[in-house]
Amino acid sequence: MRTRAAKLAPLGFLAPNLLGFLVFTAWPVVYSLIASFSNWNLQKTVSSRFVGVQNYAEIFGDSKFWLSFVNTAYLMLGIPVSIALSLWVAILLNRKMPGNATLKALLFLPSVTSGVAIMILWKALYNPDFGPINSAIEGIFHWFGLNTHGPQWLLSTQNPLSLDVEKVGLAHKQFGVGARDALNIMGIWGAIGGTNMLLYLAGLTNVPEELLEAAQLDGAGKMALFWRITWPQLAPTTFFIVIMSIIGGLQGGFETAKVMTNGGPAGTTTTMAFYIYKKAFEEYRIGYASAVSWILFAFVLGFTLLNWKFGNRGENLA
Amino acid sequence: MKPRSFDRFKTLGFVYLILGLFAITTIAPFLWMFFASFKSLPDVDKSSLLPPTWHAKNYAEVFHQIPFGMYYLNSFLVSAWVTFLTVLTSAMAAFAFARMHWKGRDAVFMMYLATMMIPGVVTMIPNYAIVVRLHLLDSYTGLIVPAAFSAFGTFLLRQFMIGIPKALDEAAFLDGAGPWTVFWDVIMPISKPGLAALAILTFLGNYGSFYWPMISIKTDSLRTLPIGMMYFDSNYGRATNLIMAAGMMSLIPPLLLFMIGQKQLLRGIQMGAVKG
Repeated sequence: MRTRAAKLAPLGFLAPNLLGFLVFTAWPVVYSLIASFSNWNLQKTVSSRFVGVQNYAEIFGDSKFWLSFVNTAYLMLGIPVSIALSLWVAILLNRKMPGNATLKALLFLPSVTSGVAIMILWKALYNPDFGPINSAIEGIFHWFGLNTHGPQWLLSTQNPLSLDVEKVGLAHKQFGVGARDALNIMGIWGAIGGTNMLLYLAGLTNVPEELLEAAQLDGAGKMALFWRITWPQLAPTTFFIVIMSIIGGLQGGFETAKVMTNGGPAGTTTTMAFYIYKKAFEEYRIGYASAVSWILFAFVLGFTLLNWKFGNRGENLA
Repeated sequence: MKPRSFDRFKTLGFVYLILGLFAITTIAPFLWMFFASFKSLPDVDKSSLLPPTWHAKNYAEVFHQIPFGMYYLNSFLVSAWVTFLTVLTSAMAAFAFARMHWKGRDAVFMMYLATMMIPGVVTMIPNYAIVVRLHLLDSYTGLIVPAAFSAFGTFLLRQFMIGIPKALDEAAFLDGAGPWTVFWDVIMPISKPGLAALAILTFLGNYGSFYWPMISIKTDSLRTLPIGMMYFDSNYGRATNLIMAAGMMSLIPPLLLFMIGQKQLLRGIQMGAVKG
């Protein structure tokens, strides 16, 4: 018969982690949901009270929130590009050749060093007057006999889609390249050789060699091999990567906004995550910020459920 | 040369060319950063890549302008503590989930799994309120403790421990070993690769951690590197050469860690990605 002590042993092992989990994860989730129905404000002298769905109703009509939604979506436009490039690099790396490991390590560098240092670096690179990016662009312009200035990058609200700034809509004068594109380019640069490439490399080992060889003997070209065999075999990996990138993208943009742009110019790099931060820690509207964070959570939950229903949870990835 | 091997040669050339271009694009910003960190301030704005004169003094100057050594120390201390606590508590919990039988185990584990999808921004605000209530705001403890319990780490190590043959701990139990002995002397040594992967991931993650240190620390001498550098950049924004020198120095620890533990790190990422 098991003793009382033996029965309690699992709890002993679980306790330290479970306690932290309850205090810093489980309780905060409940706390945040409750707060989202209150007018809790760190600056107000009147005591906070429940206001029902008032915060959620306000969000619905809050044009700044919807702009942060548009900005978040815009900053996710780099995702398909970076995924495609990661796949390309993984396919190129997926062979025996000298220098393979070195190349992989080099391409992975931005993922190791990601963070504030890299953002400050890119801020300098994007400097419209002295930065090396515009120096290079203007050099090329000059070579073609043009005396045009490069883009204003992080200082510009322009974008190739001509999205307007103050309201959700289009405006001709917004056509160009601006801060959001700069952040997307930086994001793609950092992501190509990162986790997605590693996942694709792992996925590629599951593509049966015999299948490829048989098709090759049948005279299939490189593109046919890719689209008919490799791409379908990688479908679960791609699905997983796409969903994870969307989930990450929805929550993203806080650090870049805080370090590089302060959410500007004209709020164009204020993502939902940064909007929540501003509401909570600059305007002290904890209740309202909590409500926005639950809207964001709802989006994330939607994509997570999609993954649980249709994905294979990445089981055959590693 | 046979046509087939010539084809192979051509393909390999193309592969090297494209990968080389990707590698150069990846490295170029770092190279610019390296050279800029050795330039005099007026030279930074000139378009030449190499410094006309090398100013190694920039690196010393960073320490005069800001308490950079303090930031370094804080980052190390906090990351080391968070890593130690995370690995220990995660391993213990993983042991309970992977190697012990108890009522409600799978339900609790599902709850852990489910919380991994909760966006950090949701729990950030309440965590701030909790830390204020515990009087831990603006302290090392307030930096370390909320970051030291990881559902992800528990998951990662559970996956690792579940693959260890049952016969091992059963034999130890029969020899009269208690659960702690089985955990510490049998399971932990076998789990070393998993522990190393989690330790590296946690250290790197915490070393670069930004949101929590930014909202919870007000005192300059308690700031970690990312926060210190952000303020350095916004307060001395025109001293690009010094900022790049600070940036270079902040990159050294993660680069070293990556060189030492590349294998464990990559395995950890692939294991971790399976969380779904």
